Amino acid sequence: MRLRTTSVMAGAAALLTLTGCGAVDMTKQASPFANARGSKSLTLSVQSWVGAQANVAVAQYLLEHELGYRVDTVQVDEVPAWDALSQGRVDAILEDWGHPDQEKRYVEDKKTIAPGGDLGVTGHIGWYVPTYFAKQHPDVTDWKNLNKYAGHMRTAESGGKGQLMDGSPSYVTNDKALVANLKLNYQVVFAGSEAAQITQMKQFAKEKKPFLTYWYSPQWLFKKVPMTEVKLPPYKEGCDADAAKVACAYPHTPLQKYLNADFAKSGGKAAAFLKKFKWTTEDQNEVSLMIANDKLSAQDAAKKWVDSHASTWRAWLS
Amino acid sequence: MATVTATVGHSGVSALLKNLRGHRAVGKLLLLAVAAAVIVPVLDSHWASGTWPGALTVDLSAPLGRASEWIIDNRDSHPLFLYFFGYVSSAVVLSVRAVYVVLLAAGWAGVTAVAALVAWRTAGVRLALGTAAAFLACGLLGMWVPTMQTLALMVVAVLASVLLGALLGLAAGLSDRTYRALRPVLDTMQVLPAFAYLLPVVLVFGIGVPAAVLATVVYAAPPMARLTALGLRDADAGVMEAVTSLGATVRQRLLTARLPLARKELLLGLNQTIMMALSMAVIASVIGAGGLGDRVYQALASVDVGAALAAGIPIVLLAVVLDRVTGAAGERLGSDSGATALRWAYAAAAALAVALAGHLTGRLDWPASWTLSIAEPVNRVVDWMTNHLYSGVPYIGGTADWAGHFTTWVLDPVRDGLQWLPWWSVLLIVAALAWLIGTWRTALTAVLAMAAIGVLGVWKPSLDTLSQVLAAVAVTLVLGFATGIAAARSERVERLLRPVLDVFQTMPQFVYLIPVVALFGVGRAPAVAAAVVYALPAVVRITTQGLRAVDPAALESARSLGATGAQQLRQVQLPLARQSLLLAVNQGVVLVLAVVIIGGLVGGGALGYDVVFGLAQGDLATGLVAGAAIVCLGLMLDRVTQPTARTTKKGA
Repeated sequence: MRLRTTSVMAGAAALLTLTGCGAVDMTKQASPFANARGSKSLTLSVQSWVGAQANVAVAQYLLEHELGYRVDTVQVDEVPAWDALSQGRVDAILEDWGHPDQEKRYVEDKKTIAPGGDLGVTGHIGWYVPTYFAKQHPDVTDWKNLNKYAGHMRTAESGGKGQLMDGSPSYVTNDKALVANLKLNYQVVFAGSEAAQITQMKQFAKEKKPFLTYWYSPQWLFKKVPMTEVKLPPYKEGCDADAAKVACAYPHTPLQKYLNADFAKSGGKAAAFLKKFKWTTEDQNEVSLMIANDKLSAQDAAKKWVDSHASTWRAWLS
Repeated sequence: MATVTATVGHSGVSALLKNLRGHRAVGKLLLLAVAAAVIVPVLDSHWASGTWPGALTVDLSAPLGRASEWIIDNRDSHPLFLYFFGYVSSAVVLSVRAVYVVLLAAGWAGVTAVAALVAWRTAGVRLALGTAAAFLACGLLGMWVPTMQTLALMVVAVLASVLLGALLGLAAGLSDRTYRALRPVLDTMQVLPAFAYLLPVVLVFGIGVPAAVLATVVYAAPPMARLTALGLRDADAGVMEAVTSLGATVRQRLLTARLPLARKELLLGLNQTIMMALSMAVIASVIGAGGLGDRVYQALASVDVGAALAAGIPIVLLAVVLDRVTGAAGERLGSDSGATALRWAYAAAAALAVALAGHLTGRLDWPASWTLSIAEPVNRVVDWMTNHLYSGVPYIGGTADWAGHFTTWVLDPVRDGLQWLPWWSVLLIVAALAWLIGTWRTALTAVLAMAAIGVLGVWKPSLDTLSQVLAAVAVTLVLGFATGIAAARSERVERLLRPVLDVFQTMPQFVYLIPVVALFGVGRAPAVAAAVVYALPAVVRITTQGLRAVDPAALESARSLGATGAQQLRQVQLPLARQSLLLAVNQGVVLVLAVVIIGGLVGGGALGYDVVFGLAQGDLATGLVAGAAIVCLGLMLDRVTQPTARTTKKGA
């Protein structure tokens, strides 16, 4: 009996020393796969859209080949990514489309996340119709005429109304409120993921069918399926403050980078590099198109871009 | 003469029993009808018919919102997190890391050698070769590192599940009271779709490995607990008597008699736990588990079916290898000859030598030039399919047209019908079905579960999900029974079918999602299609087994009476296999529900979308309520279709 007690005590003591005695801050734990072989490593969060994958691919390629880091990537949705960033599970988000609540909580109040500057790309969300349809019916590009075309946009899923296709539930959207407040005869159908939405749009385009979709730029798909934006009532500062009463277009957002606060301070060359990382919409689309359309692996696409744009990325390393 | 009377008497009694059973069903229905006649007018006058009355709902969004704020604000300071969850979390991180580092240090050659040698010692030469080939294939597909990450996660999750399950099972096996208390809990855990409880785990543990491991343990521990309890309780009474008479203490009896006697059940439990843990690998990637699952998930984001398949195949290979090896180990139990320790020592030495050789030559990483890219050809096939099958196929129409017809002619009417039904009538139907098939207890559980959905305020979306489940189950059963019958009648068909079923059953559900969108467009139809593909193997397997197990004597006598093949099937095989067929329905329902929810990712809407939305936006109120509704729906469906004899498996 005595022996057992001692061994239990020993075990408990070992566990305590192992976990660093006393309190364990679970909010400061890196991924178990990080730094596995003594190499310097960091974890980047990838969002589900291809533009975000392009940022990460190029950053990862340069970090690995020019700075000698090992980079892990984890796909996380936008809001959970903020949470993961504040806990240090990931070290950086390279493309954020604006989350004021999260910024207030983590950047201003808790100070666990530090801004990493502009990405250099400006994002814009809007409603789009395929250009082939807009050419036949030029007046479809104003929201006031959308009801006239509801019959064209009807699908099995939209009931008797026209279908307004929305994407992933993680994206910023006011579309349900917009449809109601602008009194449109449309049904918002959520594709559930960007992948599903792209697949469906390509199918529609192949048959030259009309469709109305929530979409955003920069986006590589515009090169494959040219689309024209539908004019919504113009955006004014604060017109989207009350989520239920929104009746205006989406803003233009300069996309931002965010770093974990500790990483930003002590991340050495990697953190400095990520802060300087800044490229244009065209650059991003070039890489995105290689990944999503030519089906190159993200790393191959990044290599191709890196090989031909030395002047751009040299500046990030200095 | 005597025998004749005996048979007459026997058939007379059975006819009587049948009659009585028929009467009992009528009686149950009558009783329900009377109860309904009394209660319904009251309900109707209080609250209008139609959809669930608003007065009977509870809005949980405010308290849930507060709870989530509290957790986020206190996660880095409150003692509960610092001294409890923190330890759990860092224990998980440390152990996963330890396993991962060991796997990396062993190198690809070492890991392959060790795996093959373990397979050889426990399951024979053929499986050893298969195991080695499977591991090499993982490397060849360029997935070595993700495979090791998944393997590290699996090792820890399976160990934790086995430990937890065995402890629970031990308690339930030794004490009747614990057994009775635990059984409904385990029953319930097994019908819960894993997708529904990702959110609460994430909220406490954050995105990442600890959350993934814990979600996996919740999912994978029940079969171990159940089978451990079963093994302990079924211990041969004679042996136990003998051991007791020898004066063994309780602990001695447990260690020397009960546990060894339960070895087969324990191993089967391990096998089931491994399979379920692996099936979680991809779902857990939604909450940042990393590894193979994450590769599948990332590939799907760029609509790259080929890359998703390249990461999905290692999961299938791991599952098949682990299933076969643990299965074979169970069969060989007790047939081992002596000198095993020595052989193990040789085997271990050989594996160590290989690992060292890899280490010394510096070949730890899988060589980058030795990879085979399957993504491109696969994508070409998928493109061809979508180009040629999506629409405009002469005469039969394209898959998009079918999906449209299916949506308008089947899904819409079923959904509208369900949503049009007065809420109390839905409860009545549920009660009647559950009572006819099960007992009043199952009926009560089913009705309460359904009512809980209404109280949570998600009546309409739940009925939407239910309509998708019903449609998918109908299609699955038609296809599954037909295939099962074909496989039961012909060995050849079954042999051909087996690997196909293996693949479909172990392939992560996510891999289906994009091809079904490419074929059927966005909406509920692709969700239903994915669910059918996923649930079909289990239904086919159970049907085949059930039909095969039909007493050959009965078949023989039918044949000697000149019954045709169809008659044999209809009048002998199907009625005798009734239990198995019911079980197939039950399994089909549970599996279909699990995938229909994931269909929220391809436009299935309803509850699945709400769960995804909750996860994506960190919106506890929406996500958790939808998750709870899914749980209730699963419980209701399970109880309504519950045959008297349950099996221990979830994935069949």
